[in-house]
Amino acid sequence: MSSCLKYVSCRQHMTTEGNFWSKKIEISVSEAEKRTGRNAMNMQETYTAYLIETRSVEPSDGQSVLTDSLWRRYSEFELLRNYLLVFYPHIVVPPLPEKRAEFVWHKLSADNMDPDFVERRRIGLENFLLRVASHSVLSEDKIFYLFLTQENNWKETVNETGFQLKADSRLKALNATFRVKNPDKRFTELKHYGDELQSVISHLLRVRARVADRLYGVYKVHGNYGRVFSEWSAIEKEMGDGLQSAGHHMDVYAASIDDILEEEEHYADQLKEYLFYAEALRAVCRKHELMQYDLEMAAQDLASKKQQCEELATGTVRTFSLKGMTSKLFGQETPEQREARIKVLEEQISEGEEQLKCKNLEGREFVKAAWADIERFKEQKNHDLKEALISYAVMQISMCKKGIQVWTNAKECFSKM
Amino acid sequence: MDGESWVPQPFSPGPPGGAGGGGGSGGAGSGSGESPRDGRSAAVLMQPEVLDLDEDEDDLEVFSKDASLMDMNSFSPMMPTSPLSMINQYKFEDEPDLKDLFITVDDPESHITTIETFITYRVTTKTSRGEFDSSEFEVRRRYQDFLWLKGKLEEAHPTLIIPPLPEKFIMKGMVERFNDDFIETRRKALHKFLNRIADHPTLTFNEDFKVFLTAQAWELSSHKKQGPGLLSRMGQTVRAVASSVRGVKNRPDEFTEMNDYVGTFSHEINLIDKISHRIYKEEKEYLDEMREYGPTYTWWSASEEDLVDSLKVVASCIDKCCKATERRIFDLSETLLPVVHEYVLYSEILMGVMKRRDQIQAELDSKVEALNYKKVEKELLTEEIGKLEDKVECANNALKADWGRWKQNMQNDIKLAFTEMAEKNISYYEQCLATWESFLTTQTDLRLEEISEDKP
Repeated sequence: MSSCLKYVSCRQHMTTEGNFWSKKIEISVSEAEKRTGRNAMNMQETYTAYLIETRSVEPSDGQSVLTDSLWRRYSEFELLRNYLLVFYPHIVVPPLPEKRAEFVWHKLSADNMDPDFVERRRIGLENFLLRVASHSVLSEDKIFYLFLTQENNWKETVNETGFQLKADSRLKALNATFRVKNPDKRFTELKHYGDELQSVISHLLRVRARVADRLYGVYKVHGNYGRVFSEWSAIEKEMGDGLQSAGHHMDVYAASIDDILEEEEHYADQLKEYLFYAEALRAVCRKHELMQYDLEMAAQDLASKKQQCEELATGTVRTFSLKGMTSKLFGQETPEQREARIKVLEEQISEGEEQLKCKNLEGREFVKAAWADIERFKEQKNHDLKEALISYAVMQISMCKKGIQVWTNAKECFSKM
Repeated sequence: MDGESWVPQPFSPGPPGGAGGGGGSGGAGSGSGESPRDGRSAAVLMQPEVLDLDEDEDDLEVFSKDASLMDMNSFSPMMPTSPLSMINQYKFEDEPDLKDLFITVDDPESHITTIETFITYRVTTKTSRGEFDSSEFEVRRRYQDFLWLKGKLEEAHPTLIIPPLPEKFIMKGMVERFNDDFIETRRKALHKFLNRIADHPTLTFNEDFKVFLTAQAWELSSHKKQGPGLLSRMGQTVRAVASSVRGVKNRPDEFTEMNDYVGTFSHEINLIDKISHRIYKEEKEYLDEMREYGPTYTWWSASEEDLVDSLKVVASCIDKCCKATERRIFDLSETLLPVVHEYVLYSEILMGVMKRRDQIQAELDSKVEALNYKKVEKELLTEEIGKLEDKVECANNALKADWGRWKQNMQNDIKLAFTEMAEKNISYYEQCLATWESFLTTQTDLRLEEISEDKP
């Protein structure tokens, strides 16, 4: 608990000024509880619920008062996040802790009900809320406010926003990514960065888990010395005491790895957050590509309509058109018909030009806003990862100091044998 | 004396003088002093404070049973190999036991014949003892020769604790008999074996030991043939088995205690051997993973502008820790594993010694029983019993004395090995600690830089 607070303490007291928060707030996910209930298909299920407590802080004396307290389960967090993704596509939305335990080394279980996993998830959910609460844009969202304050019917309220319908289809996005011609280069680079970040952190987490596994083995085997030394000491008159006490230190050494690796899991969690942030980065890039593709398509459509109009007006047929073919087959159209068509096209063209102007503006605003958030994200990432590396070094130092202590004690026992 | 003269083979830096009968080619006049030995430093030769070596060759002990091989007259006091001419300047002041026999085993060489392939090791002996014809000897020996020596020692001293030889075969893993690591491990163990014999108050003066150290190859093989024949050796084995089947009824308590101790000791040391090997294996696997871990940070640094320095330093820290781990693993295999393994072998030897003692006692016991039943041959039996009683007493005393010595050595060896292991582990953690602490200082330096940059 203490190490998690240390990690998130700087974010706990962020000021949020907006519609809903009149004072500074503190958010904590303070408890996790196993519950049973009935799911959508009326089957019994077990799940974990998390207690979210919101406190407001008096600016005068720093006293905090509990203002809201409610229980939420993981799926509700997911709902909140999906909503934020749809309504704030220009924001790098903070990720949730992983749904299922991955990158586990052998001692950790991959079971979602495992208490250690639940505890780490609790910390991750708290971190998520703090990140949202400290974001200048996201913290002002009403649904987020209700998430923290309205226990009942919150789900219905979210669904009423219709965000599911607003969401871009995955297929559309994929199509845009392949066909867009002129995306902003910065976003393309960012996308590659996101891919790279995801690859490297995945690999890092996997190797780290294997290293942890091996380290666990080394420490634990030493514990066997403890037992054997103890047995051996029974038959030795002079060596007995030394063996016995050395054996005790071997036990201490073997036991010490549990705490060491538990702490390292926090480091892994910090890396995991940025692994998942990579996906959030890519989401923003995809949105840009989609908007850009949309823009390009609209421009293309407008251009072709203009050309059609011109051809009709001048009577030259430079491009192939169905109308041209049919008129060749079935006879020319009348001048009145042609006029009508030109008029329709001119209307469409002026509409199209308006739309294009809008889209252009939207696109530029999106790029501006997104890039601002990306710069914010970059600074946050650099800061957090530097801190994470430092905390990793601190863990290693602590492990080394423990090792020196134990082996110094053991050496003394051995030399007294 | 026959005409054939034996010239002690001097220590020479040239090609090892081992194969074949090269040794016998030296003439009688070997005292010409042609070999330039003056300048050579016998650095390991430690002279006793008082040099009481006899230069008079008549007092030199003939160290081979076959006098035809020895020609003492060929030894001239003028030969520069006399220890007096090579007074060593180094004196170890606090040395209680003045060591006068130094043996090294090195330089394994492969020999290929039509029948077989085998390895020989160079055995170099330096001594100031008068009973040796020379002060330096160099011979080549193969594993079989060591086995022979061990057998002879066991024969001559059935209730002394003869040091262990490395195993004939490696049980698991290695198929290749002549794998480098295997040869090196064996070489070290053979070196230890001979040195332990040299340090033993009784065994060090054993004749066969002397022959082993000094005889040329063909001399050794002819010497070997002189021992009790195969049939008599088999007879001994049969008797040993028979007596162990009969069991020992009158074993004195102290030997029963010894037996119990040996049983438990054997169990524990075997476990420690297993544990130590397991630690070695786990550490190697840890090292393998760590070797992939560091480079991942370097890979990451390639895509991060602002974090590139921190990430690169982390990668280098991990690499330094890898090097420290390599050293830790190496130290484990050099200091702890061989010692523990030697005592695993010792525990088997102890069991053998206990059995042999029991067997000697059983011989006596059976004769005593026979005395009770047989009315005839009483005198003869009584005489035999007397002899056997002496034998038993000798064996028991020898064992008791050697047992005390063995326990003392064991305590020292185990204590030293584990203390060293602890030291190496401390040093390992200290190295890693220094690495990570230096990383922290680079980061705090950067931070201070950043803070000063941010200040308006």
